[in-house]
Amino acid sequence: MSVDLEKPPVKSAAPSPEKTRREVNVLAGFGHLFLAVWALLIIAPLIWTFLASFKTNEEIFGDAWTMPGALRLDNWARAWSEAHVGQYFLNSVFVVGLSTAGTMLLGAMAAYVLARYSFWGNRAIYYLFVSGLAFPVFLALVPLFFVVRNLGLLNSYVGLVLVYIAYSLPFTVFFLAAFFKSLPNSVAEAAVMDGASHTRLFFQVMMPMARSGLISITIFNVIGQWNQYLLPLALLQGEGAEEKWVLTQGIANISTSAGFDADWGGLFAALTMAILPMIVIYAIFQRQIQSGLTSGAVK
Amino acid sequence: MRHGKYPFVIGFLAAPVTIYVVFVIAPYAQAFYMALTNWRGLSPGQFIGLENFTRLFQDDVFWKALQHHGILLLALPLVTIIIALFLAFMLNVGGGSKQGIMTGVWGSKFYRVVFFLPQVLAVAILGVLFQSVYRPDGSGMINSLVTKIGLEPIGFLINPDLALWSIIAVLVWQAVGFYVVLFSAGMSNIPKDIYEAAMLDGATRMSMFFRVTLPLLWDTLQVAWVYLGIAAFDAFAIVQTLTVDQGGPDGSTTVIGMEIYRNAFTYSKYGYASAMGVALFFLTITFAALSLRVSRRESVEM
Repeated sequence: MSVDLEKPPVKSAAPSPEKTRREVNVLAGFGHLFLAVWALLIIAPLIWTFLASFKTNEEIFGDAWTMPGALRLDNWARAWSEAHVGQYFLNSVFVVGLSTAGTMLLGAMAAYVLARYSFWGNRAIYYLFVSGLAFPVFLALVPLFFVVRNLGLLNSYVGLVLVYIAYSLPFTVFFLAAFFKSLPNSVAEAAVMDGASHTRLFFQVMMPMARSGLISITIFNVIGQWNQYLLPLALLQGEGAEEKWVLTQGIANISTSAGFDADWGGLFAALTMAILPMIVIYAIFQRQIQSGLTSGAVK
Repeated sequence: MRHGKYPFVIGFLAAPVTIYVVFVIAPYAQAFYMALTNWRGLSPGQFIGLENFTRLFQDDVFWKALQHHGILLLALPLVTIIIALFLAFMLNVGGGSKQGIMTGVWGSKFYRVVFFLPQVLAVAILGVLFQSVYRPDGSGMINSLVTKIGLEPIGFLINPDLALWSIIAVLVWQAVGFYVVLFSAGMSNIPKDIYEAAMLDGATRMSMFFRVTLPLLWDTLQVAWVYLGIAAFDAFAIVQTLTVDQGGPDGSTTVIGMEIYRNAFTYSKYGYASAMGVALFFLTITFAALSLRVSRRESVEM
C-alpha cells in the first residue's frame, strides 16, 4: 500500500498540522475500507447460508445472490428429523457436556496438585502433560484406534468421552497450573488453620477462587470439543455408528453424499443449525473467549 | 505440610494420569514402534526396520503432500500475519490520539467481535460452507458476482493450479481473527507514552507502525509464526471436507494428514500410515525448533 509515504518525518520539526491531518485521513480512509471489507467477507457467507436454508434446489442452483422465494421452514423440519441433524445435535451436546465436565474436574485436580504441592515426580508428571501440546494428533491416530478397540470402547460414547478428556488435558493442565500457582497463599493457610482437609480446601476454597480461569478454559474446551472432527470420525465407526455421530461428522457426511438431486435446502438448514448455537454462545461469551484464548497463548 | 498429603496427591492424580497415559502417551509410543512394522491389521505385523521410511521417500504422493506443506508453510503465516497486523493496528491505534490516549478507529468493538467469529466455527462446517462459496458456476457465491461483471467463472476447486490456493484462502479467512486478538493484546502492552512521544516528534502512522509497534511486538509475532506453521502441517479436515476427491483434483491439494487417514482407514496399511505420522512429527518439531531459533532476536527493553 503506497499511502502517502511523504518524506520521512524530521525528528525535531513537527510537520505542518495540515499535512498530518491529510496523512491521517488517507490512511484512516483506506483502513476503514479494509476493515469493512473484511467484516463483510466474514458475514456474507454466513448470511448466504442462512438465506439458502429457505431456498429450493432450483433457487440454490440459480443465481447465488437472490432472495429465497418464500420462507420455507419445512427445510428446517426435514433437516432436523429426516437428515437426523436433531439427533446429531443432541449427541454432540451429550458428548461435549460429559467430556467438558470430566476435563474440567480431572484437569483442575491434576493442575491443582501439580501447582501447589511438592512431591517426588511432580515436575516429571507436569512435563508429561505439557508435552502432549507438542504432538500432532495424527501421529497417535492409528494406535489410538486400536487402544480404544482393544478396550472394547470403539463406537461407544464412553470411549469418545474418555479420549476427548485425555486430549484436552494437556492444555487444561498447563493453563490451570499457572492459574493455581498465582492464587494467594493467605486464604489457603487460613482455611487450613480452621481445620479444612485437603479435599475441602480444593473444592470450597481454591475452585471458587480460580473461577475466572476455570470459565475461560471451560469455554475453550467446549468450543474445541464441539468442533472436533477427526476423533469422532476415527472412533465412531462400525455397526450402528450413524446413530451416534456428532454434529460435525453428520454435516460433513450429508454434504459428501449430497449430489445435485439431493436436498440442498435441507443441507443449508442443517448447516445453519450447526452454526447458530456457536454464534449465540460466542456472542454471549466473546469477551471471555478472546481474553481466555490469548492469555493462554501468550503465557 | 500436614499428614495425609500423599494419599491426597495420589488420589487427585490417579484418574487424570491414567486416562492421559492410556489414550495419549501409549498411542504415541506405539506409533513409533508401529512405523517399523508392516502391520496391516489382520495378521500380526513383522518388524521390518526402516523399510516403511525408504518406501515413503520413493512415494510420489508423499512428496507431493510435502510440497503442499511447503507452500502452506510460507503462504499461510505470511498472509495471515500481514492482514492481522494491519487490522489490529487499525483497531488499536488507528484512531489517533484522543486526550493523549491512542484509540482504535470508529467501530473497533464491533469489528473485533466479527473478525474472531470464524474461529468458533467447526472446520468440517467451513468445508461445506466454502463449497458453496467456490462453486464453479453462477450459483457459487463468488462466481455469481464474477459472471455478473462479464468474466468467465473461476474453477476454484476444480482447477489444479487454483485448488491449493483456495484452501489457503479459507485457512486465512478463519485464522485472521485470532491473530487480530493476539496482536491487540500485544499492542495494548506497549506503553502509551511511547506513541505520544512519537506523535510529538511528528512521526507518521506508517513510521510509528514500523519503528514502534513492530519491534515491540516481535515476541508475539514469533508465537504467531510458530502456531501458524504448526497449523500448516495440520490442514487435514478442511482438505477432506472441501476438496474434490479428498485431496484432488488429481492430488493437487493432498496433505500428509489426508494420506495418513487414507492409508490407515481405507487401505489398512497401518505400519505405513504410522511411518507417515512419525515423519510428520519430526517435521513439526523441527519446524518449531528452527523457527524459534531463527527468529530469536534481542527483544527490546521497555
